[in-house]
Amino acid sequence: MTATLKQPVSACPACSVVPAAEALAETQPVPGAVALSLPTIHCAACISKIERGLSAHAGVRAARVNLTLKRATIEAEPDVTAAMLCNVVEGLGYEAHELDPSALNATSTDRAGRELLMRLAVAGFATMNVMLLSVSVWSGAEAATRDMFHWISAAIALPAIAFSGQPFFRNAWTALRQGRLNMDVPISLAIGLAVVTSLWETSLSGHHAYFDAAIALTFFLLIGRYLDHRTRAVARSAAEELTALEVPRAWRVVDGAEEEVPISEIAVGDLVRVRPGGRVPVDGDIVEGQSEIDRSLLTGETLPVFAQEGLAVSAGEVNLTGPLTIRATAVGRDTSLHRMADLVAIAESGRSRYTSLADSAAKLYAPGVHILSALAFVGWYLYTFDMRTALNIAAAVLIITCPCALGLAVPAVTTAASGRLFRKGMLIKHETALERLAQVDTVVFDKTGTLTEGLPQLTNLEQLPRPDVELAMALAAQSSHPLAKAIYRAALDAGFAAASVSEAREVPGFGVEAVFEGQPVRLGRAKWLGAEPLAETATYLQTGEETPLAFRFEDALRAGAEDAVRALREGGKTVCLMSGDTTPAVEALARRLGIENWMSEALPEHKARRIQDMTQDGAHVLMVGDGLNDTAALAAAHVSISPATALDAARVASDIVLLGNDLSPVSDACTTAESATKRIRENFRIATLYNIIAVPLAVAGLATPLIAALAMSASSITVSLNSLRVKGRG
Amino acid sequence: MNILTYLIPISLILGGLGLGFFIWTVKTNQYDDPDGDAQRILSDEYDDRPKP
Repeated sequence: MTATLKQPVSACPACSVVPAAEALAETQPVPGAVALSLPTIHCAACISKIERGLSAHAGVRAARVNLTLKRATIEAEPDVTAAMLCNVVEGLGYEAHELDPSALNATSTDRAGRELLMRLAVAGFATMNVMLLSVSVWSGAEAATRDMFHWISAAIALPAIAFSGQPFFRNAWTALRQGRLNMDVPISLAIGLAVVTSLWETSLSGHHAYFDAAIALTFFLLIGRYLDHRTRAVARSAAEELTALEVPRAWRVVDGAEEEVPISEIAVGDLVRVRPGGRVPVDGDIVEGQSEIDRSLLTGETLPVFAQEGLAVSAGEVNLTGPLTIRATAVGRDTSLHRMADLVAIAESGRSRYTSLADSAAKLYAPGVHILSALAFVGWYLYTFDMRTALNIAAAVLIITCPCALGLAVPAVTTAASGRLFRKGMLIKHETALERLAQVDTVVFDKTGTLTEGLPQLTNLEQLPRPDVELAMALAAQSSHPLAKAIYRAALDAGFAAASVSEAREVPGFGVEAVFEGQPVRLGRAKWLGAEPLAETATYLQTGEETPLAFRFEDALRAGAEDAVRALREGGKTVCLMSGDTTPAVEALARRLGIENWMSEALPEHKARRIQDMTQDGAHVLMVGDGLNDTAALAAAHVSISPATALDAARVASDIVLLGNDLSPVSDACTTAESATKRIRENFRIATLYNIIAVPLAVAGLATPLIAALAMSASSITVSLNSLRVKGRG
Repeated sequence: MNILTYLIPISLILGGLGLGFFIWTVKTNQYDDPDGDAQRILSDEYDDRPKP
């Protein structure tokens, strides 16, 4: 058992709200509780070292490392901050990131998973014992002994079924009340009818009792439910961890002093300080400071925008060079981040409602079984006018046709496939995502942050004179601007050494200036230096009054992007590129990757509409994107993938999250999904085959409890084994 | 056949003990960190007293 038990994800809002609310009530955040993510720990020594290190820190009451979740939970005095503890752990040589404990609330308790496991254990125990007793009945126990064995079986099976079968009975009842039929209705009916007829038979000291079948059915179906629950719980916990890594904090300015507060406490009109490198927490207007801001996550533009007093900024943008003070104009749900949610809702309404394979199977299956069993009952009653025989045969038909194998067919395959993809760094968030992924024939990529890293790379280093590069390097070292960092990194890798300059200072929003051998030198925006700006991304270096020299950049491709695009095209899929960036930038990338269909300067609405048009033309679109401008498109697509670096809103809107930095698993995922769907269909076929053989026997009144037990176990085992054959590359 | 009067209750009680034991492990959060527990056993720090 290596289960990590988590809260379930449910389609029914009430089911997911109730346990979540209970969990919330149970785990009121303890004041002074801190959670840290420790991605690099792996052994016993790591655990003891970190626990000892943390406990030695003043104010820490208790520290516990969880190796399975790679996480530490610490109880400490209120004045101990997560940043202090992060430093302690980093001092020990491990990577540590702060987690937002409120986002982790649901993972700390898992009542539903635990409950399911307990029911499974009880059903397993009862099945074993009842089967033992049944074996002796099958091998010829007679008269009083048989009756005694039947009664003991009843005594074990009845309470066990009453406890373990509750999930099925509850679901069936909900469905019936709404006038629908789901898989749980025939299951509950079969279990109930089997128990009732068996009790009746036993009291008349009859030959056949189906207690073993009823409890075995519950057991097998619970295995399916539990697998299903675990797969989703693992995905949910990983998705929560991603959310928790973004701790929502902001620096509020009150009377000139800064204080750190949770974002939820910021009100409209508050002044908020955004430091260089920080993300803008709320929508607002800049009231003080000059800087450049990176809007790539919102618009897809790679080029940073000059920001000064009066400019409106939106939550999610990144401040690059100088500190900014903004006055909040919209907070929380009113921010542009959340307004995008409306667009997402519209896009989702246009998405064709996908019926999962299991649901469509249930739709065919549930009425069929009921009709068949009712017909058998009526037929035999009219033939013999014996209620007992007729009821017995109806129960046998229900048990034989009962969807043991069908109940395992989907969860067993999804567990195997999701586990395989999880190891490759793909997180399947939605339960039907794999099935939808298998149908994909068109793949749409976003550019900035998806196909590219969103990090610039210097391209013309070789053409630049050595002294100028060394000068630029010295200036670039003063700034945390992405272009400056790119120059410094490229020059350092090429073996240059920075020149020595004096009086270097950053001019926020423009660039860096310094004095070199008595001459002023400046590195920055074209306008600042009076240079003619180029079409592509570039920064300029000016020594004294000379003509500025251009440093050109291009966006670095994300690892595996070329492979992913090639593999998808080889797989016969159409690949498109849609970006909010400028035409030359998009065209250059499209040509580099060999993508023929591309669209530039696309607004979020355009992207979503384009995808809806494709869907109407019969295409099944896979959207891969990371920015806020992709959110609507992600929701509109048949299935969607976003990288872990994406904004929270984009990750929520997508079905699959790519955990690593590499894009190549995208094409593998398609292969695995196709293979998984094939296995699911095969499983349905195997289950049907068993039914075709066994149902005539049951209707003819030839099915004994032994045949029922054999058919059920054999089909369940075949289906489980078949599910393990899910393939993917590598 | 009288032996059954002893054997059946004995087998049920033993099985029931196993079930009760399993339910106890679930209730006391023993499956929260299976990887960690597998590693902790290698360290002698917890020999006298398990980590609470």
